[in-house]
Amino acid sequence: MRIKFCQYIRSDPVKRTCSLLLCAVLASACGKADEPTRVEGGDPERGRLLVQQYQCAACHFIPEVQGAGGDAGPSLAYMGRLSYIAGGIPNQPENMIRFLQNPPAVKPGTLMPALGISEAEARHMAAFMYTLQ
Amino acid sequence: MKDLQSVLHPAGADAAIIYQFTWVLFVGGAVIFAIVMGLLALAMRRQARPIRAGVWILGAGIAFPVIVLTALLTWSTWRSAQLAPQTSHGAMSISVTGKMWWWEVRYRDPASNREIISANEIHIPVGEPVYLGLTASDVIHSLWVPSLAGKRDMIPGRVTGLTLRADKPGVYRGQCAEYCGEQHARMAFHVIALPRPEFDAWLARQGQPAAPADTTVLQRGRDAFLAQQCQACHTIRGVTDVAPHRDENRIADTSRLGPDLTHVGSRRTIAAGTLRNHRGTLAGWIADPQAIKPGVFMPPSPDLDGETLRALATYLEHLK
Repeated sequence: MRIKFCQYIRSDPVKRTCSLLLCAVLASACGKADEPTRVEGGDPERGRLLVQQYQCAACHFIPEVQGAGGDAGPSLAYMGRLSYIAGGIPNQPENMIRFLQNPPAVKPGTLMPALGISEAEARHMAAFMYTLQ
Repeated sequence: MKDLQSVLHPAGADAAIIYQFTWVLFVGGAVIFAIVMGLLALAMRRQARPIRAGVWILGAGIAFPVIVLTALLTWSTWRSAQLAPQTSHGAMSISVTGKMWWWEVRYRDPASNREIISANEIHIPVGEPVYLGLTASDVIHSLWVPSLAGKRDMIPGRVTGLTLRADKPGVYRGQCAEYCGEQHARMAFHVIALPRPEFDAWLARQGQPAAPADTTVLQRGRDAFLAQQCQACHTIRGVTDVAPHRDENRIADTSRLGPDLTHVGSRRTIAAGTLRNHRGTLAGWIADPQAIKPGVFMPPSPDLDGETLRALATYLEHLK
């Protein structure tokens, strides 16, 4: 199979160039790492670890995060592409960061407590939230 | 890792003996297996030379196992005799009751001689033998802290015992080792070994009644606790056991169906090792324990509004 494929590429310089280009495009689509994050100064991987550490999964279902997957809060499976957070606040990085730090200040009456999350931590966590598409 | 649960990291004399048994049996078994496989390979050669049946039967069939097993029995009997005596004489006693699916832990307060009730964490002084009096209130459980000692079953209506001794300070995870129902897997606990002075200070703090609710939010949380009738299953010393909240007319004392929460904020985890302990996990747990630990006896509280739930979680976190 592999030999046949190589022969096929070697047979024609045009086909070869096209194949290589196609491979390059496919390979670049796989890499998530070079994708620019929506949150300045936020590292999604550190955010994921913080989300795990604060045990957000006690109330939320969160893909890629270990935990109980509680349902006191909404699922965060598509957090990154929601238009609004907390039922009416535009899903912008700055709002997300403020909300994570002090939910009741942004949305009075929410069940979600302020956990003493620092601004830098909230930035990483927000960066992770936008990877949940 | 600080609170590793592992037989391969012994931190007490008994665990070290068990660790040694483990390796001797594992390596010995592996060597004998390799020899048998080697003999099998020799026997399957084309020009294999037959061995006399008498040599096989008397040598490999009788002499070899008798020698090996006798040596093993002698050695293991001698080593087992060095395990700590399972007695409460000369040891501090702590009672542990297995419940579906958490651990009630009772200490004796040396100052007042009263019981101090806690849950899911067993604090012990380092380097001293501690005798755990074990029982269960519903089904059979089993207490196992792999880094410190072997397992001991907890049987309803009977008291069994286990001596623990931690040789270095640390946090050792343990868990239920006898299948006990739906949430058996989330029935863990921690043994926290502290130097004697720290242990004494800790015990003295645990003997105190609950921290007072001295802000508006904390008062709101405490009121929510009482309004939600949490005291039907949980105790907060200094709050639920004083008039007017103490119900003398209650037919059965159910106040120990759930963990004593007098100092719940001082514990590392909630729900028997299931969640790290802070106001966020407390709020999530109160709102819907069934989502986190399905089948647990605590009902969800869907009628709490956000502010009240947050106040209640903040209050419990404050009970250090």
